[in-house]
Amino acid sequence: MAEPLLKVNNIEVIYDHVILVLKGVSLEVPEGGIVALLGANGAGKSTTLKSISNLLRAERGDVTKGTIELNGKTVHNLTANDLVRQGCVQVMEGRHCFEHLTIEENLLTGAYTRGRVNAAVKADLQMVYDYFPRLYERRKSQAGYTSGGEQQMCAIGRALMARPKIILLDEPSMGLAPQLVEQIFEIVKKLNKEEGVSFLLAEQNTSVALKYADYGYILENGRVVMDGDAESLANNEDVKEFYLGVSQQGRKNFREVKHYKRRKRWL
Amino acid sequence: MEALNALFVTPFVEIFDAPWFFMEVLTGGLMAGVMYSLVALGFVLIFKASGVFNFAQGVMVLFAALNFVGLMDAGVPMILAGIITIAIMVAVAFAIERFVLRPLVNQEHIILFMATIGVAYFLEGVGEMIWGTDVRPLNVGIPDDVFFVGDAMIQQSDLFAAVVAGFLVVVLALFFHYTRTGRALRAVADDHQAALSIGIPLNHIWVIVWSVAGFVALVTGIMWGSKLGVQFSLSVIALKALPVLILGGFTSIPGAIVGGLIIGAGEKVAEVYWGGFFGGAIEEWFAYILALAFLFFRPQGLFGEKIIERV
Repeated sequence: MAEPLLKVNNIEVIYDHVILVLKGVSLEVPEGGIVALLGANGAGKSTTLKSISNLLRAERGDVTKGTIELNGKTVHNLTANDLVRQGCVQVMEGRHCFEHLTIEENLLTGAYTRGRVNAAVKADLQMVYDYFPRLYERRKSQAGYTSGGEQQMCAIGRALMARPKIILLDEPSMGLAPQLVEQIFEIVKKLNKEEGVSFLLAEQNTSVALKYADYGYILENGRVVMDGDAESLANNEDVKEFYLGVSQQGRKNFREVKHYKRRKRWL
Repeated sequence: MEALNALFVTPFVEIFDAPWFFMEVLTGGLMAGVMYSLVALGFVLIFKASGVFNFAQGVMVLFAALNFVGLMDAGVPMILAGIITIAIMVAVAFAIERFVLRPLVNQEHIILFMATIGVAYFLEGVGEMIWGTDVRPLNVGIPDDVFFVGDAMIQQSDLFAAVVAGFLVVVLALFFHYTRTGRALRAVADDHQAALSIGIPLNHIWVIVWSVAGFVALVTGIMWGSKLGVQFSLSVIALKALPVLILGGFTSIPGAIVGGLIIGAGEKVAEVYWGGFFGGAIEEWFAYILALAFLFFRPQGLFGEKIIERV
């Protein structure tokens, strides 16, 4: 098997020197793959992404054990800036566009690490507009005034402007209408196919994520409890019951779930 | 009745009686306002790029001016003294980034603000230790003759300050809007974390912006210093920039200028024509009352970035 593009090896993350959040997470993203990281609130999805992108230190978190490799090189002691240069960009949860900058300025800042705005950057700007025609229409508006969907597109487009090999996408479906979620994922899939960008996406919306991803990891309480290709996960009885809300008796009655909240012990 | 008369009638009668004198008061005020604008400019720069309200800006003005005048007194030629002072301000920017901002990344704004208070006292202390507390006259050859427009007397040095301020503003505005670094500065101002996530190195940005603010501080210090002498009260005068900022908006460079002009002109005119009614010295607090009124009705200031709220 070829060497994976991104390899996370048994990392442990501690916040504020005391709070143990990740207790040994390992995962791999192959070149050109879409890998989903699934789990409930507080399972450690975002923390995993942030420890890869080195944004953790700004939140007083620290990777205390394990290694993270990009293209076979250890990256967890690089700065976020260097990591972007190496081709790994994160799109943060909640979009985080630069509100007072226009959409176009937002996209251009994405190319910051590439130096001056030259022909190549301009060509990429056009490429982003081709994938997201909506952004072209809104290019002169301040990002703060655009809709949630447009902001998500802007955030993804901005990440693309750095010409990354892999984008870490945190919760792209957050706060968006189901139709828009599908639309965003369609574009992700297209970018993956046509531009060869790999994706590692953290999602709570398990059904959509498994529909578009090739492979998935399920995180619970800071541990990977299950992994497999998307199809087998989607058909797994436990995943169906706990994450997709369907059980053998068909759709689940949520009143009963609350009643007796059975939790499977995984390990 | 008499009070109303003194407030609403007499001052205007006086203005119309002696229009040239009014012009003189007004231009004098505007020119003083340019000085406030220069200080406010330094605040705006840092606030825009790091969201920090830099309490130390006034002291940076003083510190830059002290170094400059100190070097000149020691016999260093003017140009060289300027260059050395700029180098010192850049070094200060590096030190502030390394020892104050970096350890406090992602903290509340109020914590960063308090840290800048610490920086202010530190710089003031260092300045005092090296250069002493004497008032030093500064002469950099700014012409200070007076000339007359009609019957109004105008000081050349004031005019010179206005030209310098105008030039600085144009350069900075162009820099912020049309360069890659300027765009990155504004991006960092909006969202630190997002800026980090797309690979903008915060540390460099902060050093750049504090250096630029240091440079503006030096220019301001030279202007103020040649007018009043370089003295420790400079850092207090700089606090007048606060109402200027509230008026003009914390994030707007043109706002800092217009705000400064309004405050400068407003307080002079108020002092001359309405001062008597209040028993004088209203120059001291007029600016703050104006700022308070603005806070009620337009908290983002005249030109501040709109507080974006999606509904």
